[in-house]
Parts: sequence; structure tokens; C-alpha cells
Amino acid sequence: MQHKYASPKFFYTLAGQLTPWAATITTLLLVTGLYLALFIAPADYQQGESYRIMFIHVPAAWMSMFIYMMMAGAGAVALVWNVKLAEIFASNCAPIGASFTLLTLATGSLWGKPMWGTWWAWDARLTSELILFFLYIGYMALQASIDDPRRAARAAAILALVGVVNIPVIHFSVEWWNTLHQPASVSKIGAPSIHPSMLAPLLLMSLAFTFYFFTVALMRMRNEILERERHTTWVARVLDPES
Amino acid sequence: MPKLLKAVGCLLHRDLTVALRRSTDILTPLIFFVIVVSLFPLGLGPEPSVLKTIAPGVIWVAALLATMLSLNRLFANDHADGTLEQMALSPHPLTVLVLTKVTAHWMLTGLPLVLISPLLAIQMFLPESAIGTLTLSLLLGTPVLSLLGAVGAALTLGLRGSGVLLSLLVLPLYTPVLIFGAGAVAGVIADIDVEAHFSLLGAFLALALAFAPWAAAAALRVSLD
Amino acid sequence: MNWSEFFSMGGYGFYVWTAYAFAALILIFNLYLPLRRRKSVHRLLREFFRIKGQTR
Repeated sequence: MQHKYASPKFFYTLAGQLTPWAATITTLLLVTGLYLALFIAPADYQQGESYRIMFIHVPAAWMSMFIYMMMAGAGAVALVWNVKLAEIFASNCAPIGASFTLLTLATGSLWGKPMWGTWWAWDARLTSELILFFLYIGYMALQASIDDPRRAARAAAILALVGVVNIPVIHFSVEWWNTLHQPASVSKIGAPSIHPSMLAPLLLMSLAFTFYFFTVALMRMRNEILERERHTTWVARVLDPES
Repeated sequence: MPKLLKAVGCLLHRDLTVALRRSTDILTPLIFFVIVVSLFPLGLGPEPSVLKTIAPGVIWVAALLATMLSLNRLFANDHADGTLEQMALSPHPLTVLVLTKVTAHWMLTGLPLVLISPLLAIQMFLPESAIGTLTLSLLLGTPVLSLLGAVGAALTLGLRGSGVLLSLLVLPLYTPVLIFGAGAVAGVIADIDVEAHFSLLGAFLALALAFAPWAAAAALRVSLD
Repeated sequence: MNWSEFFSMGGYGFYVWTAYAFAALILIFNLYLPLRRRKSVHRLLREFFRIKGQTR
């Protein structure tokens, strides 16, 4: 069931054309978002200037979830319809997703320290993100342990699907656990009462991260396609046009 | 239908018999469970009030770890002698066969943990009112651990370093069971109503029974191809 | 634009700027990896085709 659009060769060319556009859009969104986040958005009434970490922390958290969903979705497509490109996409999502999860944890810690006085707090979001990080690492470790790329992709796809079903359960459990154990003095790392001028940079940064993800994913996929398809003539021609 | 039941009965009987002959397979996770729980007083001091507070979490975590240790036994032996492939090729649905194997596994691993937990509860100064809750929570929780673990074991079948990899894959998935299992025991000590905990543990069990054997069968097919 | 005020971020400068720096690090690193890999894939595949061409 190999449509023209699902062919690696077609996608390689398409990805090559899309990447510069994605990169440009990412840059524009990032610059605008950062400008609004750092210069235009007013200081928060309660948290002062430290809340500006939110403009990294919240979009990074959204990306960590979004990428996992994409990874699981692509995995499902790869399992059900045997689409090679879906396999390649899914496996290349993971390091980017794990990076955003790590960023969420680090910025959460940096935001928490001035607010709570401790570098770490077992609040619901950070704990859920930590578990999500373990899920990403497990996914990457499983893929790395299997030599046969086909078995690796299919096994990872199953793992991602099991994970995606578990994530709501984990979120809910951690939320519950947190409300039970939380001392009264520690309040949730919540967004401050959102001023409209805070919304715009938040959305822009989220979009910037999304387009960044697609840019990097496209680049990674092109590399893997070349490697996987090295026995074809079109790859030979890409690398040495005179052959 | 009767053919399938017969196959299930056969498989269950075989797994139990084989494991009981190799009794170290059963005893090792159990001894591990006991040792791990005993380490905490050694590490933290014997003060009853301290041990009592950490008891639910400690016993539950030890149960998780003991289950993890026993999981590669689930499919590895059958994979080594080719029985697993035979099962996959047989006319019986692999999902049902997997469920049978997991049941045998739980009877040999999870059930002993449940049965010995009252002794460990006493060691950790858990009040008598909480011991029943502990046992019941483990009774509901350990099958979920075996079921989820089966998916992990199927995915890592035959891989080098599969033991540690398996833990990495499965322990994050265990967290909801841990939270509500240990939470139920802690709740009883704090005199909170724990009906919700048990409803959730029951729900986890139902979901795991419905989906895990199917996912594990799919994973086995991927690993065996 | 009071730059010293801007950099101090109301006293929270260390936290805010470390967070943004970490973000920059992550973004740059994830961009760097495929770029480096591209070079090595191209190099390895050229070698692969060279050998393939010789043994034909």
C-alpha cells in the first residue's frame, strides 16, 4: 500500500523543500514571541518578573505531550498500515520530545526555586512530566536495544500506544496524589492570572516550538531515509549526481 | 470453545507444574520482597512511628520490584525452547494463551507476595486495622503488575540487558497502581474513606485484563517475527 | 529602556536567564544533531557507493 506520497523518495524531496520554510517560520515566531515575552508583557502582580519563565515552561510542557501523541499516532499508522515513513517519523520524534520534557523539568525547577525556596517540588505537573520523561527514555532505550529496524519500530510503536493510554491515568493519579500530600504552603506552579498581553507571547512561543519540532523532525527524517534507502538508485544519484 | 478451554487448562497446568519443579523461580522474588522491606529499618532506624509511616509505600514499592524481577521468566523459557512460537502458530487465540500464562505467573509470584504481606506489615508496625487493607490492595494490584509486565516482557523478548530495560519500560506505567495501592493503606491509617481507592484499583484491573493480554500478544508477534 | 533593570529581572535574573539559556541550549543542540548526522551519513554513503562501484 505504497502511495506516491508515502514513498520515501517523494518525501525526501518534499521535506527538503519544506525545511527552509519551516525554519524561517520558526525563527520569525521565536523572535516575535521572545520580544513580547521579555519586553512587552507586564510584570506579574504576585510573582514579579520571575513568571516570565512561564513563556518557556508552559509551551515546553505542551510540546512534551503533543510530541508523545504524534509519536503514538504515527506508531499506530505504522503498525496498522505498515507505512515506513510513519515508522521513521515516530522514532525520530522521541529525542525531541524527551528534550522538551527535560526543558519543562528544568524550567519548572528554576521557576519553583524563587517561589517556593526549593529546587524541586513534587507538584502534580512536574511529577507527571518526570514520569513522561521516563516514558520517553524507555521508548528510546527499547529502540536502541533492537537491531532489526523493523522490529524496533513496531515494538516501539506498541510501547508508545500503551504509554499514550496510560498517560491520562498517570496524570489523574498524580493529581490526586498531589492534592492529598501537598502541604498548605506550597501552591501549584500555576500561571498567574492571565493578562491578555501574556496570552500572545504564550501562543507565539508554543507555535514557534511546534514549527521548530517539524523543522528538526524533517531534517532527521531525511537523514534516516537516505540511510535506509541506500540500496536504491535515487539515493546514489542524490549523493553523486554524475553517477 | 471446549477445545480452547482444554488448551487453557493444559497450559495453566503445565506452567504451574514446571514452575513448581523449579521452585527457586518462585522463592527468589518472594525472598527479595522480604529482604527489601527489611532493609528499610536497617537504613532508617527501628523507630516504630517512622516505619509505620513509610510502611505502605515501602511494602508496595518492594512488591513492584519483586514483580519486575520475576517478569523475564514469563516468556523467556518458552521462547528458548520454541514453545512460544508453537503457541503463536496454534489455532488458539494468542491473547487467551497469554492471559493463561500471566495467570500462572501471578499465582506463582503475585499471590505469594499477597500472602506474606501481613508478616511484613507486622515487621513495619502497621496497625492491625490496616493489614487487611494492605493485603486486599496487593490482591487487586499485583495482577495488574503481572499484566502490564507481560507487555514489557513481550516487547523485550530475547534482547540483551532485557532485565533492566524491562524495568525502565514498565515501572513508569506502574505508578498509578502504586499511588492508589499505597494510598489506600495510608488512607486507612489516617482514617480516611478509601472506597475510591479500591474502585480505582478494581478499574485498573478490569482495564488491564481487557487490554494487556491483547497488547502483549501483539508484542509477542512483533518479537517473534 | 533600562538595561540593568531588564537584566536583573526584578532580582530574579539568575533564574529567568538560566531558564532561557537552557531553552536556547536545547534548541541549538537538537538542531546541531541532525546537521552533524547529515554530514556523516553523506560521507558514509559516498564511501559505500565508491566500494559498490569498485566491486561491480
